[in-house]
Amino acid sequence: AFFWLVSLLLASLVWFVSVRLSDRGDARLQHGLLVFGAAVSVLLQELFRFAYFKLLKKADEGLATISEDGRSPISLRQMAYVSGLSFGIISGIFSVINILADSIGPGTVGIHGDSPYYFITSAFLTMALVLLHTFWGVIFFDACEKRRYGCLGLVVASHLLTSGLTFLNPRYEASLGPIFIITLCTGLWAFVTAGGSFRSLLKCLSCKQEDNSRVMTYSALRVPCED
Amino acid sequence: MITFMNNSDSEEEPCNERTSLMSAESPPVPSYQDGLQASQAGEAQAHRKRRTGSSRSPNNIADGEMSDSGVPVREGALENEEEELTLKYGAKHVIMLFVPVTLCMIVVVATIKSVRFYTEKNGQLIYTPFTEDTPSVGQRLLNSVLNTIIMISVIVVMTVFLVLLYKYRCYKFIHGWLILSSLMLLFLFTYIYLGEVLKTYNVAMDYPTLFLIIWNFGAVGMICIHWKGPLQLQQAYLIMISALMALVFIKYLPEWSAWVILGAISIYDLMAVLCPKGPLRMLVETAQERNEPIFPALIYSSAMIWTVGMAKPDTAARRSSQQAWDAAEDGRENHRSPSHADSQMSEARSPVPSRPITSFEELEEEERGVKLGLGDFIFYSVLVGKAAATASGDWNTTLACFVAILIGLCLTLLLLAVFKKALPALPISITFGLIFYFSTDNLVRPFMDTLASHQLYI
Repeated sequence: AFFWLVSLLLASLVWFVSVRLSDRGDARLQHGLLVFGAAVSVLLQELFRFAYFKLLKKADEGLATISEDGRSPISLRQMAYVSGLSFGIISGIFSVINILADSIGPGTVGIHGDSPYYFITSAFLTMALVLLHTFWGVIFFDACEKRRYGCLGLVVASHLLTSGLTFLNPRYEASLGPIFIITLCTGLWAFVTAGGSFRSLLKCLSCKQEDNSRVMTYSALRVPCED
Repeated sequence: MITFMNNSDSEEEPCNERTSLMSAESPPVPSYQDGLQASQAGEAQAHRKRRTGSSRSPNNIADGEMSDSGVPVREGALENEEEELTLKYGAKHVIMLFVPVTLCMIVVVATIKSVRFYTEKNGQLIYTPFTEDTPSVGQRLLNSVLNTIIMISVIVVMTVFLVLLYKYRCYKFIHGWLILSSLMLLFLFTYIYLGEVLKTYNVAMDYPTLFLIIWNFGAVGMICIHWKGPLQLQQAYLIMISALMALVFIKYLPEWSAWVILGAISIYDLMAVLCPKGPLRMLVETAQERNEPIFPALIYSSAMIWTVGMAKPDTAARRSSQQAWDAAEDGRENHRSPSHADSQMSEARSPVPSRPITSFEELEEEERGVKLGLGDFIFYSVLVGKAAATASGDWNTTLACFVAILIGLCLTLLLLAVFKKALPALPISITFGLIFYFSTDNLVRPFMDTLASHQLYI
């Protein structure tokens, strides 16, 4: 969350400076600058996600060296999930909390001609964004780990695409629909990347107990050292 | 008794209870001693109160968890194991500190956002005599700097006074001071707070009911803080008291002065804890020499430290709640007094182990709590509360400050694990908080507002 905030800070700085230096009266220019600011923000977010990946990798190595059996207690997949989730949460909160606070107060939605569905669509968009960030986190970390730069580029591109789709916003069919489709696809991709499959899904749903020798590592007993 | 004696014999151990953040590298046995001494690290400093001086709680986190595992050298499985335990407990203790800090901030922000009393300007404390209603910016800046200088010097004077009192063993005076300030905090400020909350929600209440509620609240609070009580209740009282204190500061400190004071306090904290002649450091060293616990009052402890070796850390944790000390928060009001009563209490408690003293080998797994001074709670909450009060109604700023403070706390705990000596808990968090407040308020807010008005998402 901290990393996301720092990226947002830098992006706002860029946007702020650009707005200051520009002509305030020109609406098209301002809109263009907003697009530019949003794009810079997306790129910076991904950059900071990468930086966070590097940091976690180092921490992972540190944990692995000092642990007894050479493996770190948290797997990189878990870290990827947590990182994606936290990016998503902070991004979602920042997008929606002011809207929520305003929704308590007296007022009429869309009284100046804007869409009356502002609140509900904001809610759905935020949900989609949170989920997307989580999925992107998982895919991103996995791609960095396995050095699949194509996947990485795809993640960044889909983020840019999602953000761009929100620019179509009062036309909700054009933005909300595709964004949900993207969310679903990214979700499936992340699920497959994390090692899931149809079979594992069935197994989970049928709550079968796995008879596995790996059970030992989860208990308080220690795996006997192989010397 | 025997355990306690044994514990106190081990003075060779590097008892690094300096400032708040202490990693007690104590050997397995004298956990209790170390923990207590660790708690001394955070003696109160804050004293900005309306009438009396209030000593701040130690702005330090005493960490009594690690049992001597420093550098991860592969010298033995034992050390590696200890290191792993350290990290595990370290992570757990970070979480254990996140929860109360978060709770305190939530209480403060909720009050600020709903009760209008705490955002109205109704005068200033005598510690900040210069007004900020001046025509020019320069004058306002000058006034706020002067206010800060006065406030910080009052704090320094009170701290030194307290250290002197401690040095010359005027325990009764200190103890009386502590009790007086916690009385005021628990009764008077709670009364005012309750009155304002009831006014805001337009709830009618008669005086007898009010008296009953406040009497019970205050009496139980005094007992929990100064004597014995369940750990959770103690923690809850400490959090409430810190929140009340923070609210007082938010109300009575003028805006620019508040920010400058926050900055100056963190610098002062840094110096007081790390410089060789700093008052806090001298306090801790004196307490160490005398082998006494330093002011268990004024420190929030997340877990209990017990004297005997417990076989199972879990049950021990539950059991140690009876031995929870660090209640007395007595506030910021001029507390730098190592309560004599506390040392007496500790001796009284040691012969009450819930289990017989079993194997000492299992002491490696014993769990010690992390201690954070109440002054830290207060200043964190002041920062977040001010952000909530003055950031043009924006929640993003508040959230950004909140995240920044928590990350600062995390980093401080990490540094504690690395350096294993007492560390001030304020500087990093407050610095991050201030940076994030000003940048979010001025840079991020217009950006996010513009994006939200077009319903754009990044």
